[in-house]
Formats: sequence, structure tokens, C-alpha cells
Amino acid sequence: MFKIDPSRLDVAKEFKARPFGEHSPELQYVLNYMRTRQTSQFEVLVMTEPGKRWVLGFMPTGGGVPKLTNQTFDRLEDAEWHVFKLRWKHITGHDLPIE
Amino acid sequence: MTRIMGYADRVSLQPGETVRIMASCIGAKSYRAEIVRLLSPNAGMGASEYREVTVETPANATYPAREQKMHAGSFGVVPEKWALKGVESFTLQAYVWPTTPKKGPRAIMGTWAASGSGYGLSIDAEGAAEIRIGAFKLASGVPMLERRWYLVAASFDAKSGQVRLWQEPIYDKSFHAERPVMVEGKARASMADAGAPFLFAAWRSGEAPSPTVYGNMLTTGHFNGRIDRPRLARKALDRAQIQALTAGMLPSGLEEEVLGFWDFAKDISSQRITDLSPNRLDGEVVNVPARAVTGHNWTGSEMNWTKDPQQYGAIHFHDDDISDAKWQPDFSFTVPKDAKSGFYAAKLTSDEAYFYCPFFVRPTRGTANAKIAFLASTATYTVYANNRGRFTKMLTELYQGRISMMDAVDILQFEFPEMGVSTYDRHTDSSGVSTSSRLRPVTNWKPHGRLWNYCCDLFIVDWLEHVGMPYDIITDHDLHVEGQDLLRPYNVVLTGSHPEYWSLEMLDALDGYQRQGGRHMYMGGNGFYWRIAFHPENMNIIEVRRSEDGVRAWDARVGEYYHQFTGEYGGLWRRQGRAPQVATGVGFISQGFDACSYYRRTAQAKDPRVAFMFDGVTDEILGNFGVLQGGAAGLEIDCADFALGTPPHALVVASSENHSNTYILVAEEINIGHGALDAVQNAQIRADITFFETPNGGAVFSTGSIAYAGSLPIDGFNNNIAKLTTNVLKRFAEDRPFAMPR
Repeated sequence: MFKIDPSRLDVAKEFKARPFGEHSPELQYVLNYMRTRQTSQFEVLVMTEPGKRWVLGFMPTGGGVPKLTNQTFDRLEDAEWHVFKLRWKHITGHDLPIE
Repeated sequence: MTRIMGYADRVSLQPGETVRIMASCIGAKSYRAEIVRLLSPNAGMGASEYREVTVETPANATYPAREQKMHAGSFGVVPEKWALKGVESFTLQAYVWPTTPKKGPRAIMGTWAASGSGYGLSIDAEGAAEIRIGAFKLASGVPMLERRWYLVAASFDAKSGQVRLWQEPIYDKSFHAERPVMVEGKARASMADAGAPFLFAAWRSGEAPSPTVYGNMLTTGHFNGRIDRPRLARKALDRAQIQALTAGMLPSGLEEEVLGFWDFAKDISSQRITDLSPNRLDGEVVNVPARAVTGHNWTGSEMNWTKDPQQYGAIHFHDDDISDAKWQPDFSFTVPKDAKSGFYAAKLTSDEAYFYCPFFVRPTRGTANAKIAFLASTATYTVYANNRGRFTKMLTELYQGRISMMDAVDILQFEFPEMGVSTYDRHTDSSGVSTSSRLRPVTNWKPHGRLWNYCCDLFIVDWLEHVGMPYDIITDHDLHVEGQDLLRPYNVVLTGSHPEYWSLEMLDALDGYQRQGGRHMYMGGNGFYWRIAFHPENMNIIEVRRSEDGVRAWDARVGEYYHQFTGEYGGLWRRQGRAPQVATGVGFISQGFDACSYYRRTAQAKDPRVAFMFDGVTDEILGNFGVLQGGAAGLEIDCADFALGTPPHALVVASSENHSNTYILVAEEINIGHGALDAVQNAQIRADITFFETPNGGAVFSTGSIAYAGSLPIDGFNNNIAKLTTNVLKRFAEDRPFAMPR
């Protein structure tokens, strides 16, 4: 089974450069791995201004009111990158040394 | 925190007609209501500035806030009748198929109430069958398994106090170690109100003199699962007599003892439940449980319930079914005689909370105010109503390719789960949700939030407003009732960004219109896909059976592919000889939700037959911009397929390319799975802009993409998508006929 290799910073850089759209097979594997984990909660975005501002929240798997954080974004790309880094750390145990 | 919700009692109104608005407001003393006409979506960057126009009406006012509750959970009820009075000894029996036996005590049938009166069959906290007589309880002690049929029976002899309870698994082809169980006990029980209503799948939990409560009777302990052939006798029967009562017909020799001999195979399309006994303890079901589902005796020999209803004598109850919130109106609005046809809503606000209750104003029946009509996809909006499942699991992100997004109104679904879910969801017992009602607050039928369906169709309204040609708004609900007559006055009818759900009546009306010279602009993607059935007594409720295949949130159980409302076969129109390619030239091929792409003109774009379309449009690349994820081609896309019915003379004038990995071939195109199913590797995945002529001077133009509508407003409608589409609209609106190519 596929596992994320924490040394593959090239894959993380690819995601940061283009979170939406065509991905390399390696990056798609990483994203599929992140998105198929069994977790008690997962990240969602709550839109507070149409198309302009989003708040990061955590949704209980199976449903429930999302727990909102203080983390806000005015670009969806920034939200994707923030969550990617959180997941990378959670799965590999390593911080991503990329801002 | 203030919360406000509401809904309209009607979806489509003619001038002079009145809509009533039901509202519930919590945490405030009052709320403000305004009737607004919606002219664009609140879509943020790239889109037109959000526009809603307030309609001058006395309905615009401040109203006192009040809470109106919703009561989810389906059940059956036989009203209090003479035959039910004075029951002392009794036997209760039914075939049951529990789906959540471990979810806590649940009712099966009887008069038992949470106050401790009456008698009934139930399931205890461990999942075992149980009899209740007043405060007395006796359970089998053996938990039942999920999704297995059991004969459950209980008898009580009032004179001796003898109680017997049977729990017997029904033979099927699976292997299991279960054995029949019979337990006995003695009860000195009182059934003080034994003449009370007799319920299936719920207990009475109190009285509430409220119009929102069925019969002023609160219910609890809603059963998840199926009940088949329920029986009630006024005597403690022995096992042989119980067996005799399991027959489909009332056996001779037990007529005197039998009180209720219900046949749920009768009147499957309705809300009625029928008693075959001489007592005629008929009743009804509440909140539209699933019928036309396989019963305890289904063998697989028959797949169509209309051919052998006796194999479909079960009703599947769910604790989250809701068909009508039954709220009382707060105010009403009468559509002015001179009102413009359009998308309207009652906008409710209180403090920071807001909620839109949409409805549509159409022309007076039999008249038209324009040569152009936009058909609002009210059937599709209804089917999607309160789509909750997309927020409850990370799987959504897997196929969408981006983090799930919601807004404050979406979150109401989780604060008030009793508002029920959509046909994209599963019930709490994991069975698929096959019916959806509009008569409840709907969180995803609004001009803001996720840009989808209703919200995306407002892009088309915004563009029509910009073009400035007169147009009417008509709805799916009107089309289902009035058929082709609704469309005939118009030179061109536009369908929406995602007109996915169609009844036979709707599809036939469109087909007839197109054959009689009508022009059709299909402005979206994944349209004309699923067959639906309207409730025969209440058009606010729609059913979809997700049979066979297709891109679907759940799959109908084998043997349950026929709609309960009409008996019609459910599933994809493609599987019923009416593939979307026949009517529109294109059909669903893929979906993805991370990034949208563009179209490239084809050689066929140079054909003189489509010269009108490209007047002033010189770009080879079309729609490499858009509010919807940056392109005109995407979200859900359709392509031409001549084998599936795209007319031989159809022209594919532009095709999309460069879609991402999340765009996967639709399920109905995959017979053998392989590793080249995504758009990066599979050239079959594309959106095709398609044109063809139809008899009697008609024509069809299809965009093949949901995202198309989101490209219209870019740069103030000064772009190649808006230009091309406007060219088509203007030509299609002309009286001058198109000629079929020779």
C-alpha cells in the first residue's frame, strides 16, 4: 500500500503551486491517501462572505455542527495549503519545511 | 443566537395567486420579511454585483417571532375506533426487518404510549423483540440481527395473565446460527386506554395541540426498518393460529378473533393503509415512509411490485423521514397582476440570521409574455433539498478535489436535523433516501453559498437581464402538469445549469415541443439524467429510485427499482431508451469539482449552419475564464455520443480539454475497471458544445457543462461565451425557421 514519503518535498511544492487542476500521479496518490483516512473529524471551510472569506472548521465524521477555528482565509488556495500542511504533519510526523 | 428558517407553500404562482410563507424564528422577538425578485447570484469575485429587487407589498413588514417545530419520523396510524375499545386479551404479530436493532428501544406496533398505558410490540435496548402491556415488559432476550426478516408475535391472556412472545428468524439463503425463541411470563397488567389510536413504528409520547403535530399526537421510538403483514387479534392465539394469520388472506375460523389484518401491499402509491378484516381498521402513514419495498416473502422471481404486490407488502419506516413540516403561515403575498415573471423569494432576516423562501412567478396559464422562456429546474431543486451527506464525510473531498465548503445556512441542517435530508443522502439506518419534499426549510435553495443548481441558474437570469430581451420563467412543476402546452407559445426554451431530474410527462413535453419547431437551449451539464415520479396527491414530494447504475449517492436495493408513487421503472433515462443525447445531442460523461477548463473550437464550427453562432466570435479558445472554478467547461460535463442518440446531423462546434485527475468517467460508461479512467488519460472525457436542427424549423443548442453559466458575466458579459450564447438566443428567438440539412 502507498504511504507518504516525508522526504518528497517536491510533491508538496507541486501542490502549493497548483492545488486545483491536474496533478502528477505522485501528488494524486498523496491527496488520495490524505482524503481516505479514517478520522473522527475532518477539515471544512465555512464561507462568511460569498466568494471572499472562509473560516477553517472541523466537522465530526458522520455529521454534527462544525467546530470553527480562528483561522480565516481570503483565498481558497491558501486554505488548501494550510490544510495540506496540517495533514502532512499529522500523517508523517514531520513538519513541512515549506512556507 | 438567532435562528430563522421558513418555506413557501407553493413553488409556482400566476399573477393574482397567493403564496403563504411559513417561518420559525428562535432567539429574537421579531423578524423582518421582504418579498424580493432575484436577478443574480451572490457569487463574489468575477460575478455581477448581487441584485435583488424588493417588491412593493404590504407583506414587507416586521413579524413577531415564534418557533415552529419539525417532527421527523414516519409511522402508521389507525385512528381510535370502536373495534379497538375494550381489548383485554390480545395477540400482536408481524414480520419485521429491523435496520437499527441496537439503536435503543423502538416501537413496532400497538397502542402502547410512553406514559405507560396500552399494549404493543417493540424492540428493546438490546435489539430483542419485546411485548409491553402497561408497565409490564417481556423481551425475547436474543438480539435480532440487522436486515433479517423475523416473525415476531406476542399474546396475552387477560384472565390468566399468561404472556407469550415468539421471535423466529425467517429462512433465507444466508447462513446464521439463529434459532426460534419463545419466552413466557405472567402479567398483571392494565391497559387503561386500550381504545387509543393504534400505531405502527412509533409510540405516542404526549399530546400537543399544534397544527404542526399530526393529530395533536407527539410520537417517539420511531422504528427503523420494515413491517409486513401486521395482525391484531382479541384473543391469546396459539402458535398454529398465529401461523394461520401470516397468510395473505384472512383465514376462515379466525374471523371472530381478528381485529386487524392489515395488508400493506394495498394502495402502495398512496398514504393509505388497508385492513382486510371486517372491522376495516384502515389508517394512513405519516411522513411518507418507503413503500414498494421487498417484503418477507420476496423471492427474487419478480422485480416489479405492480406485477406481484404481495411480495411487496412491507413498509420501510425511518426515524428521519419528513414530508411536511406542517408549519402555520406567518404571512402571505398575492402576486400583483402586473408582476414580472421571475425568481422570487421571501427574504427573512433577524439580527445576523437570514433565510430565503423561494418561489417563482410564471405567466398566467395559457399565455406568454415573451418569445423566450427559462425553465427553472424545480424538480431538481427539490430532489437536492437539504443535501447533508456531502458535509458529513471526507469522501466528498476525495471526489471533489477540494475541501468541502458550507455557509451559516447550511449549518442549520446540523442544528436542526429534524428538517430531514435529500435523495443524495442515506437515512440514519443507511438505507437510501428515495423521496424529498419541499414543504420544510431547505438550506440549499438560495442565492448564495455553494454555487449550484438554483444559484447557478441565477447566472442565466443575470445574463438574460443583461441581454434585455423579454423572457418568462416557467417551472418543472408547471411542465409536468401542463405538458407541451406550456412550451408552445415560446420560440425558444432555455433549460438550466443542471436540469438533472425529469418525469416522463416533462420529457415527453420537451420532445413534442422540439418536434413542433421549438428551439431548446440546454444551458448546463448532466441534464435529463434520472427519472423521477411526483407524489400522486402532493407534487411537492418527488421520488427517485437510483437503480442499475449511474453516478449516485446510494443504490436502490435489488427488486426495488420501480417507483412507489407511479409504478414506473426508476433509474437513468439512458437505461429506458431516452438517453439525454437524443433530446440534446449530449449526455453526462464525467464530473470533477476542483478546476474547470475551456473549450477549443472544432472544424465543424466553420460549417455555414452555425455561422450565426460565431458572428463576432473569433477566438479558438472559448471560456478559459469563469466564476465557477475558472472555466466554462467543468463540474459536470456532457459529450456527444452518436451511438446513444446524438442526431447524425449534429455539429460539435467546440470541445473541452485539459481536465484534471478528479474528472473520472461516469459509472455507466465503465464495464471493466482499468487505470485510465480520468481525464488526464481518457480522451472520452470532454464537454461538447453541440447544435442540430429539428423538424418544423426548430433547433437545439447544448453547452454540455454546468460551469458554462458561470462564465457568462465575466468582464461585464463582454466575453466569447456570452457573445456566442447571445448570438444563439437571438437567432433562436426569431420566427425564421431553421432548415433540416439534406
